[in-house]
Amino acid sequence: MPVHSSPPLPGQPGQARLAVDIGGTFTDLALETAERRWTSKVLTTPAAPEEGVLSGIAAILREAAMAPADIALLIHGTTLATNAIIERRGARTGFITTAGFRDVLALGNESRYDQYDLDIRLPEPLVPRHLRLGVPERLDNEGRVLLPLDADAVAAAAETLRAAGVQSVAIGFLHGFVNPLHEQAAREIVRTRLPDVAISLASEVSPEMREWERFSTTVANAYVQPLMARYLGRLETALRAMGLAAPIFLMLSGGGLTTIETARRFPIRLVESGPAGGALFAAEIARASALDRVLSFDMGGTTAKICLIDDHAPQTARSFEVARIGRFRKGSGLPLRIPVIEMVEIGAGGGSLASVDALGRIAVGPQSAGADPGPACYGRGGAHPAVTDANLLLGRYDPDRFAGGTMKLDTAAAAVALEADVGRPLGLDAAMAALGVVEMVDENMANAARVHAVESGTTQEGRTMIAFGGGGPVHGYRVAEKLGIRRVLVPAGAGVGSAIGFLRAPIAYEVVRSLYQRLGRFDREAVSALLAAMQREAADLVAAGSFDRPTSTSGIAYMRYVGQGHEIPVTLPRWPLAPADVEQLRRDYDTAYARFYDRPVPGSDVEIMSFAVRVATAPMPGPQAQPTGGAPAPGRTQQVRDTAQGTLGPWRVVDRAALEGGAPLAGPAIVAEAETSTLVGPGWSATLQPDRSILLVRES
Amino acid sequence: MNTNTDALAAIRMQVMWNRLVAVVEEQAQTMIRTAFSTTVREAGDLSAGIFDLEGRMLAQAVTGTPGHVNSMMESVGHFLAKFPAATMRPGDHYITNDPWLGTGHLHDLTVVTPAFHRGKMVGLFANTAHVIDVGGLGMGPEGRSVFEEGLYIPIVKCFSEGRPNETFFDFIRAGSRLPVELEGDVYSLCACNDTGARRLAQMLDEFGLTGIEGLADFIFASSRRATEAAIGAIPAGTYAAEIWSDGYDEPVRLAARMQVRADTIEVDFAGTSGLSGRGINVPAAYCRAYASFGIKVVVAPQIPNNWASLAPLRMTIPEDCILNAPRPYPVSVRHVIGQLLPDLMMGCLYQAVPERVAAEGSSCLWNPPLRGGAGVSGQRRGNRPVAEDFEVITFNSGGTGATPRRNGLDGTAFPSGVRTMPVEATENVAPVVFWRKELRPDSAGPGRHRGGLGQVMEIATKGDLEFAVNAIFDRVGHPAKGRAGGGEGAAGGVRLASGAALRTKGFQIIPDGERLLLLLPGGGGYGDPRERPPAEVAADVRDGVLSPQASQRLYGVRVGADGTLDPETADAAPDQGAPGAAPTTARR
Repeated sequence: MPVHSSPPLPGQPGQARLAVDIGGTFTDLALETAERRWTSKVLTTPAAPEEGVLSGIAAILREAAMAPADIALLIHGTTLATNAIIERRGARTGFITTAGFRDVLALGNESRYDQYDLDIRLPEPLVPRHLRLGVPERLDNEGRVLLPLDADAVAAAAETLRAAGVQSVAIGFLHGFVNPLHEQAAREIVRTRLPDVAISLASEVSPEMREWERFSTTVANAYVQPLMARYLGRLETALRAMGLAAPIFLMLSGGGLTTIETARRFPIRLVESGPAGGALFAAEIARASALDRVLSFDMGGTTAKICLIDDHAPQTARSFEVARIGRFRKGSGLPLRIPVIEMVEIGAGGGSLASVDALGRIAVGPQSAGADPGPACYGRGGAHPAVTDANLLLGRYDPDRFAGGTMKLDTAAAAVALEADVGRPLGLDAAMAALGVVEMVDENMANAARVHAVESGTTQEGRTMIAFGGGGPVHGYRVAEKLGIRRVLVPAGAGVGSAIGFLRAPIAYEVVRSLYQRLGRFDREAVSALLAAMQREAADLVAAGSFDRPTSTSGIAYMRYVGQGHEIPVTLPRWPLAPADVEQLRRDYDTAYARFYDRPVPGSDVEIMSFAVRVATAPMPGPQAQPTGGAPAPGRTQQVRDTAQGTLGPWRVVDRAALEGGAPLAGPAIVAEAETSTLVGPGWSATLQPDRSILLVRES
Repeated sequence: MNTNTDALAAIRMQVMWNRLVAVVEEQAQTMIRTAFSTTVREAGDLSAGIFDLEGRMLAQAVTGTPGHVNSMMESVGHFLAKFPAATMRPGDHYITNDPWLGTGHLHDLTVVTPAFHRGKMVGLFANTAHVIDVGGLGMGPEGRSVFEEGLYIPIVKCFSEGRPNETFFDFIRAGSRLPVELEGDVYSLCACNDTGARRLAQMLDEFGLTGIEGLADFIFASSRRATEAAIGAIPAGTYAAEIWSDGYDEPVRLAARMQVRADTIEVDFAGTSGLSGRGINVPAAYCRAYASFGIKVVVAPQIPNNWASLAPLRMTIPEDCILNAPRPYPVSVRHVIGQLLPDLMMGCLYQAVPERVAAEGSSCLWNPPLRGGAGVSGQRRGNRPVAEDFEVITFNSGGTGATPRRNGLDGTAFPSGVRTMPVEATENVAPVVFWRKELRPDSAGPGRHRGGLGQVMEIATKGDLEFAVNAIFDRVGHPAKGRAGGGEGAAGGVRLASGAALRTKGFQIIPDGERLLLLLPGGGGYGDPRERPPAEVAADVRDGVLSPQASQRLYGVRVGADGTLDPETADAAPDQGAPGAAPTTARR
């Protein structure tokens, strides 16, 4: 249970804030006061996750010599909901919907995510067909009743679900986001018959157009709700019992925080909280370092996550896919329509396995060696080569000092595996096979980043990369070279970045509503009334946790040329909207469009598909760090093979502390640390920044 | 062992190949992001690729639909024949929708753009997209010649050294019901090729290259070798199959004789029906596209599409057969025949590698083009209300064929790679109401693995006012066959909700107070239904997609309506005489 702490710094004493991030393998903790920060990692306890949380909290408080009562705020994120969906461990759930549409969840968009796989598997709906029940009712696209709700049919459906023993019920009707009255009436009928069952309404969970995405989100919410409510209840009780009196907040996938009460109602909004914390971590570093255009690159054991951060705000989106079954392929998961931090995740990590495909090409991932047996060099019986094996053979790791010297790596085993699976089929020796594997995984990550930028209407050139996770600092410089990026920042505390990111998150909530408008005949009153209602809803949820701290409110219109596919988010000047504000909106849209697409389209009206309102407190500042000074310690050298040129040569190896004093370290070199190593490639130089991050700059 | 320098060079080739695939993927994503037509941005009816100076395709975007595979690939050669590479300048863009020089109907625009690096032309980018309107009769089978089917664009320059050809744009704006969308789409196609060309130049700089010849040789050699090895794994021999389409006014026979040799596969379509007087005819390039897809998905699914990986697949298509329609035959809805070709190819390959093919599926998209308002009902007169003017199409599918390992997919497109759009979105752009859109019980072909289920769709307008459907449906008279003892999927149906049958093809009125009822076909089953685990049969009954009667008749499994299995009778022999129970096979 290693506990790392940054050196004590002078400053004002303040109240302590604690973040806990439950991941698949580790539960990460970060504790901060105004003066300093402690971080810690403990193993996750999947059967009862709160146990790992409690033991981790006890340990980090011991290290900091604090009592539970000293904690002023606890922020928590967890993959529990995500894992319940991936492993199908959620509640037995029923779904009541418009008659004639019980198969919306099964039909999806009627497409295959892989054109060439005859045996393709599509994700199964979370609710089987016999628990998806249609009831007569119908609204039109404007919310007018075409067919009144059949109350008897709802009652009969409730009885069917009771007999089937469901623990949770989702209700979603066509166009119910425009007019929720039928859904609300159905809820009352179900509630009287099934008083102990949780009920999720589509018009509350995800009030947006597109029935498949909305129903999928609602059903997923219902599916994880009982489990999450029980877990949150147990956690809260246990924390109070240990003497922690502080308010507890949950990290949302969209990057804000919410109360336990709201989390119990809408647990689906917690799914991507860990990666969201990582993006906030990078965003905070971007803000502190005044970097306007950033690529966040988080490479772990099984995947790499890439997020674009412009003007210190991570890119956000309104949809996400959970539990992808087709090798991380788009379209192979269950769609969720919730506010999320937008990132692309690909199956490329230290544990990703390498092989040779039918065309004699090196392929890396998405299969992973996992933690057990792990890469061949772990010496735990792994026979196939992973990216970590390739890095080791290239000389990038010191086999005796990996993971702070806690694990001795077996170079010979790595060589055997690489030679067998990659070298022999291609006629390469183990060292060149290793080079091929690393080049290919770097290329794959760079390609994913480039395509993601195109999908987002931007580019990677000229950005600064913020590299973290176990593999980010190792692969960062080479991926940057491939993307035309000349600056890479490796932050301190990179190993528990998500937990630290939680501490930077504002208390925030975002409400999104569909309301179709054309600028040419814009209904200012209707839009203003909707925005005001959305603001009230978001403000109420935030007020529960802001403790009267000042909040800010922002609104966004999702706009496009009439008929075009992709919407552009445009900030609303204010509301109620005056005529001049609508003209302003059109000008802002044109500016934003030109930025995305170079050339405007002549003579087209603009339409608005939906609106978002976000209410948030200001982000929380972190402790002020200061350089500690000191002269560089004498380094050693390691024989490392450069993947761009293929040449083997001596690279200097130094500690991060050795960079203090400010003199740049010229590459090729390695900055070694307990948790990872930062590679400074040939042509790059490294300097330590005031916040103890390492800045790599490409000189040539 | 190679020397390190050779090894590095070989690894670099692989890295550059990967990069090229990413470049064309960026090209395709740019199109999806900027396109106006729903067919491109929602449905994904597009493709994108990079070509060498001889017009040979090096790489194609993964995003896209199979119908464009060979056809777009062939089209670049036609562009180069009219505008030789030496005449091309930076900033030029060339365009056509000629069905015989492009991808088979006027709705597909193909744009070709030369790519330059340090002043020298190094390759070409091409893309194809299905746009929403090109004037004429609109998507449908009713045309009697291609001239009725819309605006005909020969290969012309739409941008010259970056300047738009305003005469060209004047013509297309004037010729379309949706001029803004059409013009916007042309801009989008050009922009997406520009993106590809920019990326290619950056790649050449990064790797210190002056051209793509060396890389092309490497890609072609690797692909050729891998494809030939894959063909070598198929038992050599001659395999024949046939399949029937409902046709426009009479059934259409598609026949194929496939010769699998050591390193090539040759298909002869002799015996196929002659041309149709309506727009279901298939130009040869489109026939080659879907036939190649059908072979590749079985023989070499992992090998990317390029000139060399497709070269060993050779087609002989007799003149004047429906798969080799000459100009000016009507071809607007050539997909309705063309999308049966993978089933035909798999009918041949079943005889060689039965464990690798799927049963027949619904296969042809069941897209209902709907129109209402004055164009159908005339102007409002007297007290008679008339629907608002609208024109809308959704992309829907029946069930796919089962495979030796899995059930077919319910209501999923195959072989087409397109997506459908939400009912809520459709109802927001047109005054239509979908009263039902759900799985169709008892439509799956029985088998050890059952076929995919079809769908039931019931469509009306708001207020049940008159509207029209321009039908392009198939597998009503000729349902999907099973394989290896699996049974047929249910036939499709096109009706008024009150019961009267409609024609499967052509423009028809749905009168006031009526609704359109579409019964989408099911996929064929694979293997003997009696070998299907009774628990799976019971689960289908529990889920309401198989009736208790059918479970006993087809599978010999007695199940209560609640899905409880009666173990006593689980082994009872199925009633072989019942309709729909006869196991069929495409084997001849």
